[in-house]
Amino acid sequence: MQLASAVDPQLADLSNKLIYSAMVVYTLAMFAHMIEWTFGSRGAVAVRSKEQAGSLAETVATAEKKAKKVTVTVAGAGGGTTTLTRTAVAGEGATVVTSGRGADEEDGPGAAGTNEKADLAGRIAVSLTVLGAVLHAGGIVTRGLSVSRWPWGNMYEFSCAFAFAMTAAYLVLLATRKNVRWLGLPVVLAGLLTLGIATTVLYTDSEQLVPALHSPWLAIHVSTAIFCGGAFYAAFIATLLYLGKDSFDKRTAAGLTTGPLGTSASIWRRLPAASTFDKLSYRINALVFPLWTFTIIAGAIWAEAAWGKYWEWDPKETWSFITWVAYACYLHARATAGWKGRKAAYLALAAFACWLFNYYGVNIFVTGKHSYAGI
Amino acid sequence: MSNTTTETEQPPAPEDGAAERLSTAPVESDGPTGIGAFGWARWMWRQLTSMRVALILLFLLSLAAIPGSLIPQYQNGQGQLKVEAWKARHATVAPVYEKLQLFDVYSSVWFSAIYILLFVSLAGCIVPRTWQFVGVLRSQPPAAPRNLTRMPVHAVWRTEADADRVNAAAHRLLRKRGFRAHLSGGAVAAEKGYLREVGNLLFHLSLFALLGGFAWASLASGTGGKLMVEGEGYSNTITQLDDFNGTRFYGNQDLDPFYLKLNGFTSKFQTKGDQIGAARQFTANVEYYAGGDESKLKKSTIEVNHPLEIGGSKVYLIGHGYAPVISVKNGKGDVVYRGAVPFLPQDGNLTSTGVVKVSDYGLGPDGNKTQLGFSGFFLPTAPLSFEGTGPVSLFPGDAAPELVLNAFSGDLGTDSGLPQNVYQLNTRKLTQLVQDGEPAKARLKLGEGWTLPDGYGSVTFEGYKQWASFNVSHRPGNAIALAGGVLAILGLIGSLFIQRRRIWVRAVALPGGGTQVELAGLARSESAKIAEELAELAVDLQDDAPASEEEDDAAASEEDAAPAASEGEGGATETDVPEETGVPTAPEASSDPAVPADQKSKE
Ligand code: HEM
Repeated sequence: MQLASAVDPQLADLSNKLIYSAMVVYTLAMFAHMIEWTFGSRGAVAVRSKEQAGSLAETVATAEKKAKKVTVTVAGAGGGTTTLTRTAVAGEGATVVTSGRGADEEDGPGAAGTNEKADLAGRIAVSLTVLGAVLHAGGIVTRGLSVSRWPWGNMYEFSCAFAFAMTAAYLVLLATRKNVRWLGLPVVLAGLLTLGIATTVLYTDSEQLVPALHSPWLAIHVSTAIFCGGAFYAAFIATLLYLGKDSFDKRTAAGLTTGPLGTSASIWRRLPAASTFDKLSYRINALVFPLWTFTIIAGAIWAEAAWGKYWEWDPKETWSFITWVAYACYLHARATAGWKGRKAAYLALAAFACWLFNYYGVNIFVTGKHSYAGI
Repeated sequence: MSNTTTETEQPPAPEDGAAERLSTAPVESDGPTGIGAFGWARWMWRQLTSMRVALILLFLLSLAAIPGSLIPQYQNGQGQLKVEAWKARHATVAPVYEKLQLFDVYSSVWFSAIYILLFVSLAGCIVPRTWQFVGVLRSQPPAAPRNLTRMPVHAVWRTEADADRVNAAAHRLLRKRGFRAHLSGGAVAAEKGYLREVGNLLFHLSLFALLGGFAWASLASGTGGKLMVEGEGYSNTITQLDDFNGTRFYGNQDLDPFYLKLNGFTSKFQTKGDQIGAARQFTANVEYYAGGDESKLKKSTIEVNHPLEIGGSKVYLIGHGYAPVISVKNGKGDVVYRGAVPFLPQDGNLTSTGVVKVSDYGLGPDGNKTQLGFSGFFLPTAPLSFEGTGPVSLFPGDAAPELVLNAFSGDLGTDSGLPQNVYQLNTRKLTQLVQDGEPAKARLKLGEGWTLPDGYGSVTFEGYKQWASFNVSHRPGNAIALAGGVLAILGLIGSLFIQRRRIWVRAVALPGGGTQVELAGLARSESAKIAEELAELAVDLQDDAPASEEEDDAAASEEDAAPAASEGEGGATETDVPEETGVPTAPEASSDPAVPADQKSKE
């Protein structure tokens, strides 16, 4: 009888502490975001942010004779138009891009509105999120080091990695100067929720893996699954916000002054346009769908190596398939006349519900071959 | 041209129709055309191959897959047992479920109906589209609509350059950007992103490969089971396998011929922490040869994720346990039984149960022919006392192995000729021996013996070996399914990441001198990139066609061409469909009923 390879208890302990610290910091970030939203409602929410209007005027002014200037008109959904202006200095290759938008698809100014205090709170929140993510990453890495393997062998580890993937995706978008700070609060909330469930319900000590999980496919299949989960989650948030903003727009058109479900109109006004949310959720889902397909195929290859059959309709496999078909349904809906907009959005919500059930529901309530150590 | 808030009450914005032509989506038809059975058949076929029905079928497919994940299925691992157990617990609904094939969802009539319909729909949709796409590839991009400034994405300016030269420059620039461009009738028509359609068609076609791989596997695969104690070997024939499940094209006679022997087995377990006892490593050391050629004997290992491929079969390690080596002597001291007997694990710590059947015992103490049977437990790590727990192992490793045995004598039933379960003792004609007024029972440590009561002889726990059980699986069609999967991903990437778009440029000499340059772009509604692409093109084009100073005039003339949103009646006017030019080189456009020319908005 040989001994199994050892676990480094100090590193394992450090990992737990780092994860808890990350949760504390995320909580602070959440409060900062809440302050941002609260203060932001006090500032005047300009229908068109000054900044945007200003820069547009500026371009027109600087487009002197020597410059090449083009204005492209884009027809919008509601009958309005938006324009995109591009200028280039003649003889030089460099182009200056300015995009202006018409009143039709105005993105709101963001959570902080025009309030400086709120903006400061928002910046603090982002810094805290970065700090939290660093601690979080440290927690995952030390967990892996403590057992010298990929740190996603059970649901606790899977959840930690998944929450991290989501936060990291958001921070990467921010870093590339995309206008996504409005995502901060939902992302931090979703991350905290996932970590909360992970540390309370799903926790297991850091250990080696059962032989069924000794496979390079663990790293491939599970890490892509984690990534897909994070991205689907983000798309889900965008879909919800699209539905909310869309209702808000309709209520506004009908002369109502509050958002759906009695929410404050000020919140909705500060958020991006419904079409922005809609496009975002479509783009994320479309981007992730091929990867999700890959995840399922990688899982099938692994199953073939481990169990002898690449597809056995094991509950986990079945629900991955259901999720896949549901997202295929959504993509089809987008391409089918009469199914765009809200109907497609409902399908996206249903598809994400399938994903969630596959993750929590199947692991906890249904017994199948996909048993993780611990849970 | 984002059209995400389109309401169902409103007529679909016409630009959708225009954009749809950039996809392989079939055109939706409203009702049966023509009369009689043929008309109806054609209508039904159109419906079946429409996107709406495809959507519904996909939705149904995902719904139909759900029950199979919640109700035990025959085809899952240990399905039979689980289904029987479930049926026993739900006796009232079980017959109904059985009728509805709910224990066999994935081969049920209704599940099959859905996916077969889906694949018929797919074929009916994709095959014609493929031909159509080939036609599109052969012809030129559709000619420019008459009024480019009515297109959803457009740009206009005025220049002093000559119209023909501007068109030629636009043609050149578009080609440089990788567009298929075509200059005729004073306008350039260009299109790019054909790979999107290729990807989409490839994806849908590869679904057939996946289905084919599945179908072949279910017709021509078979799996058998074999349990071997260390040192044992077997030939892969129906008589030597423990069990075998064949299919139409892989039956008892078709088994891949090979020989396999288990030389040794290694297992490791977690020794501390809250997962103590969890398995960490299983390795079976084997030797084998394919076919009948013994000289090709090779050594190898089989692990949980690493099956061994022999001939057309793969051998998977699926279980392991202990086989105590037991010897039995009769009253005269002759060895009547000696062997390693596989005991089956009952829990995670490998508390194992098994039986020993001594069928050749010979004559008993009373001079009559009799047989002995033993049932009992093997505990790899036995506790000090069974008090309160009974015989349970504490750990799956062999730290303190013990054997617990009950002894029986009588008729084992082995001579009746009926097949018997080797792991169970049929005690109907057996009586348990009695020792000191109690049922005869012994707890043996390694090497210990037990003298049976009433002169029945003795039993010795000589040692133990490990056994491993294997799944021998022959499954063709994997490569096809895998190829289908890989192609599907490639197709999806092309289909979802590549934009198919058209750009038109027209430069016309104005009556008052000078030239008006019009650019327009058309893409699927999800893309905002077309505007940027058009802007880049326009900037480049201005090298050849610099804008005149009186920009405002150009802007004004644009206003004439397309009334601003504020004057229009709702959304439709501004986002007008390109009117068809009637140029015969636009076959796709002129035959497309989904894009009616909007008469109302003509000036
Ligand atoms: C077997 C199940 C099917 C699956 C899993 C499936 C999946 C998909 C997916 C994921 C897309 C998105 C790719 C994209 O947006 O370009 C797509 C697009 C498409 N599918 Fe399917 N599909 C199936 C069956 C069908 C059927 C039966 C039809 C025909 C009636 C069809 C026609 C189309 C068309 C025309 C598109 C392209 C729409 C566009 O241009 O955006 N599909 N399909």
